[in-house]
Amino acid sequence: MTVGLFIPCYVDQFYPKAAIATLELLQKQGVKVVYPLNQTCCGQPMANSGFEHLTHGCDELFVKNFSQFDYIVSPSGSCVLHIKEHLHDEKHPAEATGIRHKIYELVEFLTDILKVDHIKATFKHKVGVHQSCHGQRGLKLSQMSELVAPPFSKPRYLLDMVEGIEIIDLDRQDECCGFGGTFCVAEEAVSVKMGKDRVADHIKHGAEFITAADMSCLMHMEGILKRSKSEVKVLHIAEILNAG
Amino acid sequence: MSHIADHAELSEQFNKDEPRVDWHDQTLWFVRKKRDVAVNKLPEWEELRETASQIKNNVLSNLSEYLLQFEENAKKNGIVVHWATDAAEHNEIVLSILRKHGVEQMIKSKSMLTEECHLNDFLKENDIEVIDTDLGERIVQLAGEVPSHIVLPCIHKKKEEIGEIFHEHLGTEKGASDPQYLTGVAREHLREKFLTRRVALTGVNFAIAETGEFVVCTNEGNADMGAHLADVHIASMGMEKIIPQRKHLGVFLRLLTRSATGQPITTYSSHFKKPREGKELHIIFVDNGRSKQLGRPDFRNSLKCIRCGACMNTCPVYRRSGGHSYHTAISGPIGSILAPNLDMKKYADLPFASTLCGSCSNVCPVKIDIHQQLYKWRQVLVQEGYVPATKSAGIKVMNWTLSHPSVFNFAGKAGRWVMQHVPFVVNNKLNPWYKQRDMPDAPDESFGEWYSKNNKKDE
Amino acid sequence: MHRMNHLVNGTAKTIKRMSNREKILAAIRTSQPVSTALPVIDYFTSDFSGLMEKYILVLESIGGKAYVVSGYDEILSLVKNYFPDAKRVVTTCRDLVGLDDLDLSEGPHLLQNIDLAILKTELGVAENAAVWITEEIIRARVLPFICQYLAVVINKEDIVPTMHEAYEKIGNADYGFGVFIAGPSKTADIEQSLVLGAHGPKGMTIFIIDSSKQ
Repeated sequence: MTVGLFIPCYVDQFYPKAAIATLELLQKQGVKVVYPLNQTCCGQPMANSGFEHLTHGCDELFVKNFSQFDYIVSPSGSCVLHIKEHLHDEKHPAEATGIRHKIYELVEFLTDILKVDHIKATFKHKVGVHQSCHGQRGLKLSQMSELVAPPFSKPRYLLDMVEGIEIIDLDRQDECCGFGGTFCVAEEAVSVKMGKDRVADHIKHGAEFITAADMSCLMHMEGILKRSKSEVKVLHIAEILNAG
Repeated sequence: MSHIADHAELSEQFNKDEPRVDWHDQTLWFVRKKRDVAVNKLPEWEELRETASQIKNNVLSNLSEYLLQFEENAKKNGIVVHWATDAAEHNEIVLSILRKHGVEQMIKSKSMLTEECHLNDFLKENDIEVIDTDLGERIVQLAGEVPSHIVLPCIHKKKEEIGEIFHEHLGTEKGASDPQYLTGVAREHLREKFLTRRVALTGVNFAIAETGEFVVCTNEGNADMGAHLADVHIASMGMEKIIPQRKHLGVFLRLLTRSATGQPITTYSSHFKKPREGKELHIIFVDNGRSKQLGRPDFRNSLKCIRCGACMNTCPVYRRSGGHSYHTAISGPIGSILAPNLDMKKYADLPFASTLCGSCSNVCPVKIDIHQQLYKWRQVLVQEGYVPATKSAGIKVMNWTLSHPSVFNFAGKAGRWVMQHVPFVVNNKLNPWYKQRDMPDAPDESFGEWYSKNNKKDE
Repeated sequence: MHRMNHLVNGTAKTIKRMSNREKILAAIRTSQPVSTALPVIDYFTSDFSGLMEKYILVLESIGGKAYVVSGYDEILSLVKNYFPDAKRVVTTCRDLVGLDDLDLSEGPHLLQNIDLAILKTELGVAENAAVWITEEIIRARVLPFICQYLAVVINKEDIVPTMHEAYEKIGNADYGFGVFIAGPSKTADIEQSLVLGAHGPKGMTIFIIDSSKQ
């Protein structure tokens, strides 16, 4: 199988290590991965701001770049959810529908498609797992605390395979970090307060690293951590699964 | 033209007092946790939600029939049925009933509908004294404010502040803040009102089409104390509050209070079917934009709401901005999908006061797809032109950049160069991100650039 | 002349209000989506075991008190013991011999000085410790709200598991007023601190008659 790698715009520019880790992780599992160089964005920042009607440029570009692969994998729950729910191309409707059915976020691709049952990685640190909202409630990467339903967590399932890792508990296991796309600047005060509270929960429980399946949440929390001169670092889950 | 503050500005104000935000957030999170404990005692909880959702879907698709059925049965029971197309008409109907009986003093138990209609202000203008008898509502009434939460009206007030208000208006000891003491004084103060007022107005939690009866749920018993001692009981009802059969109350009464406060049921679930001997019982159906919302396929589900408030308790934004930041009677997530229907210009900010985390939709006992409706309202508001021009322009630039790979790559490279070499261009007061957060580090290479160098051989 | 004007105005108002009704119904009819079916709710299978124990557990968690008794004599002595200061005690329950019957001759407002009202119910719900009280039982609707303390007598066999069974038992009864009462009146409006006795009774006592009890 050939996987098309889709890297969110800001990960491409600011967090290339997370993208590299994603690539290497997939390659280690024996997957042939191709990164179409002409990719840019899934269109989510515009759509979530109410400008869904303008995103056909991004949509067409996405279809052009990715329709030929067996699967498309991305280290971003929110981008994958957006494509799954909103990708449209009037000129190539079949291709767009096809993509919506074969795009996966990295964690769910590893657990559901590759059915990974062991990962060779070492990460001897205390790690807090942040449940990014779109991945959790949209893609069902883990159970939501609101529901009366059996618990499960695909990210935890994978992280538990990493040697030496210690996953900490949290007071609020799935509260939103406050990034929310343009919300992070349009409602700056609430956004930052939400981020500060998330970070405080992790610090309270002794986290050395905070990880998640979405770099946007981590970028937001990292901004807060760095401003407060904290020692705590953020790492995309791909980087931990690829560590050691 | 005076500037009306929007959610972002109001919540910025709210966040100036961080300890208070923590207190407000933790109080409401505690209520969410109580809800979790209660619902986890029912293994059939998710089935109940699905059942309630389907009952409400059936109601909305047969609303006119059920309203007529209720009217027929209620009339047989001796209840007078009124219809009000909007808030103004509702208020006029209430006033006309008061005038007919020569009454100038009325007591009222919790009704968010009457908040929506601004009934208290209207009656005051017409020289009618209205006293809210729900303790939380009485407190905000004395404070000259409106409720901040649909179930917990003065959740934004600390007990010391309530003590001050009671000292000023009810003569309690200065500095006293013990809830037991304050409630005891309120009990005596309001008991006198219950015993003397001839007209009592209540809300309606559920109206049953099959029997022509309606149900009012309270913990305090204030609705009953008013209604059973008055000569006239007026019940104000949002017309979507109807349910088909009496047995459906089994579903809704099991869901309502567990969702709202974590209690298995409110202390009192009062079923009013006939007026008391020789007394009058009126019910007012209110439309006020509901038929319009019913006609919007993307948003009609919001009319399933049973006003439990669970969405507010779970919303991380609501907990950190407070109900008053929404500047509308029904606040929080549900309010943000109801209000734009009433006035898109005034409430254009509300669907954006969210990260679309989806927690609200998952606590909603009737499965309203709140976070999806928030997204859809954003599209509508942009199309209708209610989003600021500056935001529009910015999004269009971003969109153009992201639709053209070479532009995007150039912009990214340029941005990173600026961040590395002249960071003050970005790290300053004009950058809202930078106010309380550091910018991410700017790497030398983007992933695309790294891949071109290292992996191109794979293609 | 004044009366004629009033009549004309009254009629005009009636016409206006009728057209409100028609306006609203018309607006709804054009907006209503395609009809969807009502779900079947007969698939809940409740647990009928240990109902009295469950009831008591929930009642105590919501601020009420329960006594399991063998009969009415026991109730009378418990009332004497636990409500020694109650001056005016009334009951609607004829089996409670020696207590005042409910006197409504002076109107409901004068019920406010009732210290303790004791009622009998035929229906209680284990999942929320509620009792079902109808106008027929209380005669004055305000009685269970205006008294300072409330007590209700129930037979153990009359406790059902959930609200579904409760409404099954109520069926299509034609009451003028009915109320589920669960525990004493309460509020948590002041900083979420629970206070009992907001406007209604400050305490709620349930006497459960277990005829098998020795």
